[in-house]
Amino acid sequence: MVNLEYLKKSPLEKFAYNFVEFFKSLPAKMGAFFKRIPSKLLKLWQAFAGIFVTLWQALVHGDWKTRPSFIVMGFGHFARKQWLRGLLYFVLEVVFILYMALFGWKYLDKMGDLGEVAKITTTDPLTGLENYKFVDNSLLILLYSLLTIFIIVAFVASWYMNIRGNWLAQQAEEARQKLPTTEDDIRSYADEQYHKTLLSVPMLGVFVFTVLPIIFMIFVAFTNYDKAHMPPGNLFTWTGFENFEILFGTGITPNSKAFAYTFREILLWTVIWAFFATFTNYILGMVVAILINKKGIKFKKLWRTILVVTVAVPQFVSLMLMSQFLQDYGLFNNLMMNWGWISSPIKFLSDPILAKITVIVVNIWIGIPYSMLICTGILMNIPTDLYESARIDGASPLKMYMKITLPYMLHVTTPYLITQFIGNLNNFNVIFLLTGGEPLDLNFQYAGRTDLLITWLYKLTVNQSQYGIASVIGIITFIVVAVFSLILYNRSGSVKNEEDFM
Amino acid sequence: MANARKFRSKKLMEKTSNIVVYAILIIISVVWLIPFVLLFIQSLSGDMVGYSIMSIFPKKWTFDNYIRLFTDTMFLTWYGNTLIVSIVVMIVQTVIVLATSYALSRMRFKMRKPLMNLMLILGMFPGFLSMTAVYFILKEIGLTQNLIGLMLVYTASSAMGYYICKGFFDTVPKSLDEAARIDGANRATVFFRIILPLAKPIIIYTVLMAFTAPWGEYMFSSFLMLGDPSKFTVAVGMKEWIGREMVNQYFGVFCAAAVVVSIPIVLLFMFLQRYYVEGVTGGAVKG
Repeated sequence: MVNLEYLKKSPLEKFAYNFVEFFKSLPAKMGAFFKRIPSKLLKLWQAFAGIFVTLWQALVHGDWKTRPSFIVMGFGHFARKQWLRGLLYFVLEVVFILYMALFGWKYLDKMGDLGEVAKITTTDPLTGLENYKFVDNSLLILLYSLLTIFIIVAFVASWYMNIRGNWLAQQAEEARQKLPTTEDDIRSYADEQYHKTLLSVPMLGVFVFTVLPIIFMIFVAFTNYDKAHMPPGNLFTWTGFENFEILFGTGITPNSKAFAYTFREILLWTVIWAFFATFTNYILGMVVAILINKKGIKFKKLWRTILVVTVAVPQFVSLMLMSQFLQDYGLFNNLMMNWGWISSPIKFLSDPILAKITVIVVNIWIGIPYSMLICTGILMNIPTDLYESARIDGASPLKMYMKITLPYMLHVTTPYLITQFIGNLNNFNVIFLLTGGEPLDLNFQYAGRTDLLITWLYKLTVNQSQYGIASVIGIITFIVVAVFSLILYNRSGSVKNEEDFM
Repeated sequence: MANARKFRSKKLMEKTSNIVVYAILIIISVVWLIPFVLLFIQSLSGDMVGYSIMSIFPKKWTFDNYIRLFTDTMFLTWYGNTLIVSIVVMIVQTVIVLATSYALSRMRFKMRKPLMNLMLILGMFPGFLSMTAVYFILKEIGLTQNLIGLMLVYTASSAMGYYICKGFFDTVPKSLDEAARIDGANRATVFFRIILPLAKPIIIYTVLMAFTAPWGEYMFSSFLMLGDPSKFTVAVGMKEWIGREMVNQYFGVFCAAAVVVSIPIVLLFMFLQRYYVEGVTGGAVKG
């Protein structure tokens, strides 16, 4: 397919085309991937071997300042009067040894079975009351052993850096070069190494509150952590792929079939929802922006401000408000019945199909102002002579929209669309605050007809304490999001180069 | 003659199409504003019928809902909680986002690409997945049902939202940095003296976004504050009011609270509209 043919397609067709193309190109890509493996492996091996070469050289050729650094970190730096580096390395080593001995080892030791004794029950001989003494807590064992593994990796890395640093310093000394002093080091953290100063705190935050928890939850997906296995009273343990099996319908538990059914339905609805929520907002927002931008329309600023005001009202207020107005006996139905337009209430939020439509429509109401704002700025950048020449050629407004406006907008705003789509896959607020996932369905496991994967995950965690299965859903959500972003980014990259607009 | 008629008919068409557009715009404005007008009216209603309101205008107009809101309920506590959290989040998040964006936009180091890829991949995990683990981490340090814990949750990962700000920094010409560095300025000086003064629009955008986010966030705060109403944020507290058991009694109060929460933020947005639009548009194009 040549570029022109691609450009002629409607957005829907384009997406379908991209979708098919992605899977068509998979074999070729995988082939290319496997072809690259040997060279990658070689590079990896070289990097890996390089580490040992450095260590070996430092061990064999190191002088009296370098060699002790293998055991006492920072020794060489002290000997070379680089006080700050030496001190940091030394403190690091002491802290690490203390941490491992007093804390880390204890947990790492139990990681294999996540604890053996949950609690010791003793009966008070005088009162007959039972006392509990909690021993092993699977949750903490898992959490801390993961943390300890990370700390060990970080320590080994800094141990290597310490030796390498000493080895390089020794070589520099032999070449009669000046070594950086402590003042130089400090100064460099405001200059060449300023990124370390800037990024250390943000990255620490990301590590503790995102990386560690995500890895923890991935591990939880392989355990039987649920209501019946809740620490500190009880232990949970490794169960392999049992949770995955339950979710795919081949599990041994009686509710496995129902879980699989719920999962399929919710996954399907999540994708449908994200698709409609993204594109209805985008297209309609663009239309509104075009209307406001139209030549000869006055009070442009007023129209825009009216819409921006609705953006400013916190989203949860708008959503909760709508959820109340659209109840079976809420304001909307009552008014319509009072005026005699309908005889019985429209089930906006309690009919499975209608509720889905309502959710999408309310989302349009919420989302149009955003997309309108984004489109307004870009629309003004489209060169007017394009429209002039189209008009001379006798193009209708609709045709001009399809041939000029839409391609241009899609070209410029693809990244926005992708982030919107991905955001909608995980759009918690709109669903949870508007319908709460309802209407409920008896065939569903702990979910309703409008639940997305993310709200189901929330319910399973908060209301049901089914952490194991919730983690599996989280992992699957990640896979869905990653696949879609790969497809979209892949195509958008090539599309960008192909249809470089002007 | 023929030309003049053609011209006139074209004018007429233009006029009718404008009228149609005006009509559509007015309808849109009404549709978009009416729920909020209804909200405001309901907040002044003394009818006490819960959500099943029968008519647009209440039979009795009162300020009772507002009086009840401030005397009978915990709304002031919630409002104070949210205000404190959002101010701290605003400051910390802005600093983190600016620092991350500058490092990733201006400096070149070995880990730059891997870090950006890592954050891209982390962003694809549903945020709530990590919440259980975060909850236990916070519990270990005794920060659950605690505002500081909530602030940590909101700000800790804010480095991952660097995209828009970095996109802005990328557009600032590199020659400015180089000129300053030739004059002997180090990276830190360039950041504070050259980049930051130029970045005023994006700083205001970041501040605005960081400040308003805690007001609408429900997922994390409801989970973290579960069971302690004195630590709720407005979103969590107000959601309780429209639950099935309470809605009949509290709907009027809910409307009053919604008005009180919305007004300052709406004013802020109208005041800073220009920066908001700039940030949103810039972010959409650069991605």
